[in-house]
This record gives sequence, C-alpha cells and structure tokens, in this order.
Amino acid sequence: MVPLSWYLILSAGLFSIGLFGVLTRRNAVAILLGVELMLNSVNVNLAAFWRYGDVTQMAGQVFAIIVFAVAAAEVAVGLALVISVYRKRNTVIADDIDLMKW
Amino acid sequence: MFNSTTFLAILPEILILVVAMLILVAEPFWKAEQRRNVGWLTAGGLFAVMIISLLFGRPGDPITVLGGMVRFDWLGFFFKMLFLFAGAATSLLLMDNDRVGHRGEAYLLLLASLLGMDLMAASADLVMLYLAIETTSIPLYILSGFMLADEHSTEAGFKYLLFGAMSSAVMLYGFSLLFGFAGTTNIYELKTVLAAGPNTLVMVLGIIFLLLVGLGFKVSVVPFHFWAPDVYQGAPTPVAGFLSTASKAAGFAVLTRLFFVAFPGFSQSWTLIFAVIATVTMTVGNLLALPQTNVKRLLAYSSIAHAGYVMIGVVSFSVLGAASVVFYLAAYIVTNLLAFGIVMAVSRIIGSDDVKDYSGLSRRNPGLALMMLAAFLSLAGMPPFGGFVAKVFVFAAGVQAGYVWLVIVGILNSIIGVYYYLNVMKYVYLFRMPNEDEEKHPVPLTRPYTIALVILALGVILVGTLFAPWFSWSDMAAMNLF
Repeated sequence: MVPLSWYLILSAGLFSIGLFGVLTRRNAVAILLGVELMLNSVNVNLAAFWRYGDVTQMAGQVFAIIVFAVAAAEVAVGLALVISVYRKRNTVIADDIDLMKW
Repeated sequence: MFNSTTFLAILPEILILVVAMLILVAEPFWKAEQRRNVGWLTAGGLFAVMIISLLFGRPGDPITVLGGMVRFDWLGFFFKMLFLFAGAATSLLLMDNDRVGHRGEAYLLLLASLLGMDLMAASADLVMLYLAIETTSIPLYILSGFMLADEHSTEAGFKYLLFGAMSSAVMLYGFSLLFGFAGTTNIYELKTVLAAGPNTLVMVLGIIFLLLVGLGFKVSVVPFHFWAPDVYQGAPTPVAGFLSTASKAAGFAVLTRLFFVAFPGFSQSWTLIFAVIATVTMTVGNLLALPQTNVKRLLAYSSIAHAGYVMIGVVSFSVLGAASVVFYLAAYIVTNLLAFGIVMAVSRIIGSDDVKDYSGLSRRNPGLALMMLAAFLSLAGMPPFGGFVAKVFVFAAGVQAGYVWLVIVGILNSIIGVYYYLNVMKYVYLFRMPNEDEEKHPVPLTRPYTIALVILALGVILVGTLFAPWFSWSDMAAMNLF
C-alpha cells in the first residue's frame, strides 16, 4: 500500500500551488481556482487521514463531504460577485479594482 | 439521541429559522413600498427569540449534544444573546437604508449569518466549526456587495470574498492536519489527545499558525486586517456595523474556545504569539486611524485596534481574561453599533461620510450629537461608558497574568485613540457649517433609527455604570472554559 506520507506530500503540494496561485494571479477567476485547489488539497488530506486512521470513525469522510458542499456554495457566491464587479468595471483583474485604498 | 436538552441547546437557532421562514412567507404580501416593514418583523422576531431563549433555553451544567457537535453552556449562550441583540439592532438600522432596506433578501441573509454565528459560539467540533464559520461568512459576502449599482459596494463584496475564501481555506488545511494528527475532530477530545501524544511543539505551532490565519481574518487582527477598511467603507453601513461587531465577536468566541480548550498544554507559546499580535494590532490600527478623513474608514481602523485590546484578554489565559474578553465584546457591540448607526443616520441626510461634513452637527440635531459623543467617548475608553469598564477589566487581566508591558502598550494606544475620536467630535461640536444656518438643515431621524439608537445609547451607559451583573454573567461564561 502507498504510504500515508505520499498523500500528505501530494496534498501539501496541491495546497502550495493553490496558495501560490491565489497570491500571484491577478485574474479574479484564477484566484478562485487557486482557492478550489487549496480546498481540494484539504480533501485529499482528510480522506487519507481517515483511511490510514480509525476507519470506523466517520468524521474524516463527513468532513470531506461538507468541505466540497461548502466549496460549491462559496464558488457560486464568488462567481456572482465577480460578475457584479465585471458589470460595473468591465474588468476582473484584481489589481484594477482599487477604488478604495488606505 | 434527540431529547429535550438537544432541543433547548439549539433553541435560538431553531427560532431564528422560524423567523426567517416567516419573512419568506410574509414578504410577498407587502407592496413594494411597504417592504421595509420586513425590518420590523425581523427585529421583533429576534427580540422574541431572545426573550424565549432567556426564559426557557438557559443552560445548566455544560453538556455536549448532537453527537458532540454542539456545546450547550453559558459561554455559547451569552454570545448567542449578544448576536441576537446585534442582529435585531442591525435590522432596525437596515430599514431606512434606501438601497437595501426594502429588500427582503437582505434580512434573510442577515438571519442566515446570525444562525452561523450562533453555531460558531456553540460548536464543539471542527466539522461544525467550519460549517458555522462558512454559514456566517457566505451571506456576509453577499450583503457586502449587495448594492449592485454602487461601485464601492461591489468592490467591497469582491474583496471580502477573495480574502475570506483564501483565509478560510488556509484555516481548513490546519483543521485537516489537526484531525490527522489527533485522530478526532472534537475540540474537547483534542485536549487529551494532544497532551498525551508525541506531538512536537513545532508541529502544533504550525497548525496554530494555520488556524490563526482564518480566525485572525474573522477578528481582523494585523497582519490579516487588509480587507477591513475597504469592506467597511464600501459595504452598506448597517452591514459594516454588523461585520465589525457581531462577526468579530463570533470570531473571538471561537478563538477563546478553541485555544483555551484544545491547546492549554501549549499556552506558553501561543500566548506569546498572541501578545505580539495584540501589540502590532493595537499600534497599527490606531496609527492608521489617525490620518483618516472618512468616518467609516476611521471606525474600521478603530475596530482593528479594538481587536488588539480584546487580544490582551485572550493572552491572559485565565478566568478573568476570558471573562474580560466576553465583557469587552458585549460593551464593544453596543458601542460600535451605536457609532455605525449614527454614521448611517447622518450620511442618509447629508449624503457623505467625510468628517468635514459633520461640521455643525450638534446644532443640526443635538440629541444625535450627544449620542455620538457617548459612542465615541466609550470607544475611547472614558467613564462612565461601557468602553471604560471593559478596558479596565482587560488590562486587569493582563496585569494579573504578568503581561505588564502589554498593558502599558495598550494604555499608550488608548491615548492615541482619544485623539482621533475627539478629533471627530471637534467637527461635530466646535465647527460650524460654512456660511449656512444650521437650523435650516436639520438631520431628522426616522422611527427605526430613533428606537435603535436610543436603545444602543442606553446600553452603552448601562454597561458602563451597572456593570456588576454583566460582569458576573461574563464570569459565569468564562468559568465554562476551565
């Protein structure tokens, strides 16, 4: 069986790529994609920890299901807000949405 | 499994849901121009929820219900009552906001986030906690960007969402690691597992850092505060008031419960981290508030600074510390809601949030100016208002725990605070409107504003003068943590 650490390295890698995307990408949709990657890395973590831990305990699986349910809700609201900004400003580049500073 | 105690434990949440459904049913029957009456329904409903919960839903000895998801104790209960109060006041203040108040969805979203906050204060499990935090946040993202025709509001919603989604994802990664290393998601079991297991300090500190990103965002401490001024300025003012009070208090409810209950064995390390965060937060918040000319931005930076003061109570890691956190938040909720309510009532008439446009307000509406004085003096920490007693308790807890240097930093910061709060009052009381007769430009208050503001002003004075009962309740709540 593949050792647990491989899964954790995979999820840490996914998380880092997602965080890097969130912090460096300028397009709002790409930022949301980065957030999705981070949430999915959490799911990999939860599923792996559940499988290698106490399999009779449901917490890990339930947590993962709740995470992707919430992620779906968050992305729906997120895209709605991006569209509302796009309608007003005709851009989804985060750097250009800077009406308020300091 | 589902007995009467379970029912009582989530009684406020069930009743909030009932109010929400009432709104959904009642709203279509009102004509478009009467839709603001939904605000009366919401405020009245939440007030009724408060009364019913206080009469029938009081907790006894702390117990955990719903399969370990929800903790039924005084800490959660006290916070729930605070949130319900804040929600009722906010819905009154929403009513006469011309672009939000006549939309039933706004009240519904407010109730949804209120439901999330109640569960945040009571959750005893990481799964529940994450769900509650997101139930709170997602409606607030929408509410911040609610005014679709306003560039500032859409931008506020957009920024709040991007920051919020990122920081909650980071926190969630911390939750998953915590679950992995401890093998349980229950906060109360984490304590024993973490104490027994071969967990290195580095690992736990790493997890604590990940958790702090998410919770620090919710309570807006430096360095996770960047969103706060922009969102407060852009969002509809009642929503900004709600964000800066109830949402922040919910964050602190989680912060105290999680760290006091799950990580007592590592308190040496995390109290030091919190002490540094508190210092930076107070200083940055207060210094950046100094040059602000927009009242909402000024209140945003002031609310960052206040998060720093509350942190002193968390740093103390004692019963007095936890009690002072609860008390501070109670005083802060009434005070800051009053401040935002006044900003709202004024900007509705004068159409501006600029400090300069507050000139001569004391002649345009003396009562409103007096309430503003009470709110700002309370924020500055002057007796006989709530903010003063709250600061005394927080500083006392800090001294008791041996963090004298931190308390000195706090006191110095309060002095900086007095300057910019009184600076606003200078415009209100000493300056006149240029070349105008103030009597001809009154600032009238509508009935919902009058009711909400008078209740909040009385609250500010009541918390500051008759503080013994409030403090004993806070103390009772704090005892549940140890």
